[in-house]
Amino acid sequence: MIGHSLADLWQGFGVALEWHNLMWSFFGVLVGNLIGVLPGMGPLSAISILLPLTYTMHPVPAILMLAGIFYGSQYGGAIGAILLNLPCHPPHAVTCLDGYPMTRQGKGGTALGITMIASFFAASVGIIVMIFASPLLVSIAFKFGPAELFSIMLLGLLAGGTMSSGSALKGVSMTVIGLLIGVVGTDVNTGVMRFTFGFNELADGVELVALALGLFGVTEFLRNVNRVHAVGSGVKVRLRDMRPSLKELRQAFLPIVRGTSVGTLFGAMPGTGPTITTFIAYALEKKVSRTPQRFGNGALEGVAAPEASSHSKTQVDFIPTMSLGIPGDPVMALILGALLIQGIQPGPQLISEHADIFWGLIASFWIGNLLLVLLNVPLIQVWVKVLQVPYRFLFPAALFFIAVGVYSTNNSLFEVGEVLVFGLMGAVFVAFDFPVAPILLGYVLGPMVEENFRRAMLLSHGDLGIFVNQPISAGFIVACALLVALQAWFATRAAIRRRGGQAAAAQAQAPSPNDAPRDPKRPTLVKQR
Amino acid sequence: MDEAGAGRFLSGYRRDYYGGALMCLIGLGAAAQGLQYSFGSLTRMGPGFFPTCLGAILVLLGFGIAATAKRPALRDGVPDGAAAERPRPEWRGWFCILGGIVAFVVLGKWGGLLPASFAVTFISAFGDRDNTWKSALVLATTITILAVVVFWWALQLQFPLLSWG
Repeated sequence: MIGHSLADLWQGFGVALEWHNLMWSFFGVLVGNLIGVLPGMGPLSAISILLPLTYTMHPVPAILMLAGIFYGSQYGGAIGAILLNLPCHPPHAVTCLDGYPMTRQGKGGTALGITMIASFFAASVGIIVMIFASPLLVSIAFKFGPAELFSIMLLGLLAGGTMSSGSALKGVSMTVIGLLIGVVGTDVNTGVMRFTFGFNELADGVELVALALGLFGVTEFLRNVNRVHAVGSGVKVRLRDMRPSLKELRQAFLPIVRGTSVGTLFGAMPGTGPTITTFIAYALEKKVSRTPQRFGNGALEGVAAPEASSHSKTQVDFIPTMSLGIPGDPVMALILGALLIQGIQPGPQLISEHADIFWGLIASFWIGNLLLVLLNVPLIQVWVKVLQVPYRFLFPAALFFIAVGVYSTNNSLFEVGEVLVFGLMGAVFVAFDFPVAPILLGYVLGPMVEENFRRAMLLSHGDLGIFVNQPISAGFIVACALLVALQAWFATRAAIRRRGGQAAAAQAQAPSPNDAPRDPKRPTLVKQR
Repeated sequence: MDEAGAGRFLSGYRRDYYGGALMCLIGLGAAAQGLQYSFGSLTRMGPGFFPTCLGAILVLLGFGIAATAKRPALRDGVPDGAAAERPRPEWRGWFCILGGIVAFVVLGKWGGLLPASFAVTFISAFGDRDNTWKSALVLATTITILAVVVFWWALQLQFPLLSWG
């Protein structure tokens, strides 16, 4: 099977290196990197803004470009985190802790260089895992019936809701909201229009781009307006500074390896977002370090390990997305949605039916990550300039791109109105401290969850026992139960501890990795340190 | 904790209460609407089954959120400064951003791409206190030119430059 995989991979390189595919991949990496660097813009907004562009494209270049945007913007986010202490994408909140102090010590270039090396190494490992694990997972996935699919989706949804940041209950309720939004439109089985409120435009359901741009574009702007001001740190990063010394490389090597393993391990679990992964990687580094007091004051390990973990996690995340059709986190949900728009149903059949997409994508990951390294070396000074674009110019321009982008999806102004509604809705949820990202996960999985639940019930003649009688499905259900029990246990323990140590808690406590991710998107939160 | 801390503590409790109540409300609405469609049985589910169940789950979650409302001061290690940044409502910014999008939709229908792109940028630019009308004008003009050149001319977007209705 491995030999077969390698032969397919070889073919994949052929696909990815075709001139126009390579060009789109390059374009994706470049634009993704550019948008990622902009303050307040993360991979989610980058992908959703550029998603309409892919509609007219062939599926292969389209997905290669989107993947390029994804890791490009992820890397771009690290630049803002390290140089300006602005985590635009939650996983980078950890990078700020040690990256920004390094910048202040004049070692920002080194931090960026190490980040680059770490992400390339981690991505490579992730890709290798993907090459070998995907066919394996696919061979299992062929045994999946509707009951198994429902159970694993349930696990994914629960994990996606509880493992993000903040209160688990709030995360899960956002997932349910997403499922409800997924219900909008014509019911496939009976043709009944549900939740359309008399709008014929809603018969086909809510537009993915409108939802994503509302939640991650407009909501962010509403939250950040007059609150984020680009603060030019006056950092000058030269090419020379980015090359870490041999000693620094040796210092960073083991953390990179450890971070990569953490990321790979967690990538295989559906629903564990990259934020959690980076925090675990950081905590692990701090624990194994002989000098933990250096962390938070510019420890190189504190940059290398989380960045490595988030990049390997990113790659490994593609495995369940592509081979099962179950996205691990909101970004993957968006990519899955893009595939569905292209008429491609991710799942076990994908690898056999659309081998060019699957293996081309894997090969393009490598090429794309290489491009990323090559691009960032000469362009770093440009990115530093881009970082200083004032927010007051940024968001009106971005709002225009959002409006036009959504319009171009179906040439419909109604969908621009949807953006407005979802943006407002997201802002209300954010005001109540709800995480909005799980909504997208619920929305993309919603129709599939309903469909498989219905089919399973039809097959079992209404016997709910089918989910526990089948061994594979039972395994997933047990995992769900464990997840809920663990979350409940952690919550109670935290509550008891809090009650016990109120006085201690009132004082400024030492930052522990579990504390910070409550809402790492807020720059001020990290600036405290 | 000083007085400000006490105020925050209340608002934090309330935030979870209101959040839970909001979830209950949405859940009830969804369930009520879901019941309008035929419910069916477990074996043969009607279109109303899934949304009604989701609504019910959401109501339960809403109660759960309200029941576990936490004091923000003790909430997972929020540094004290975090409260300072949740604060004054930013009406001007919010109004301008939302107004910009509304203007895009309205002017897109009765006006065309040209006025719509200008309006969305110009109006939302005023949301930021640092923007003067001059800088907003420059920004909006730049974006409008970009819209015409990139989207209308190069990408052939199906959106008339100027139109009535």
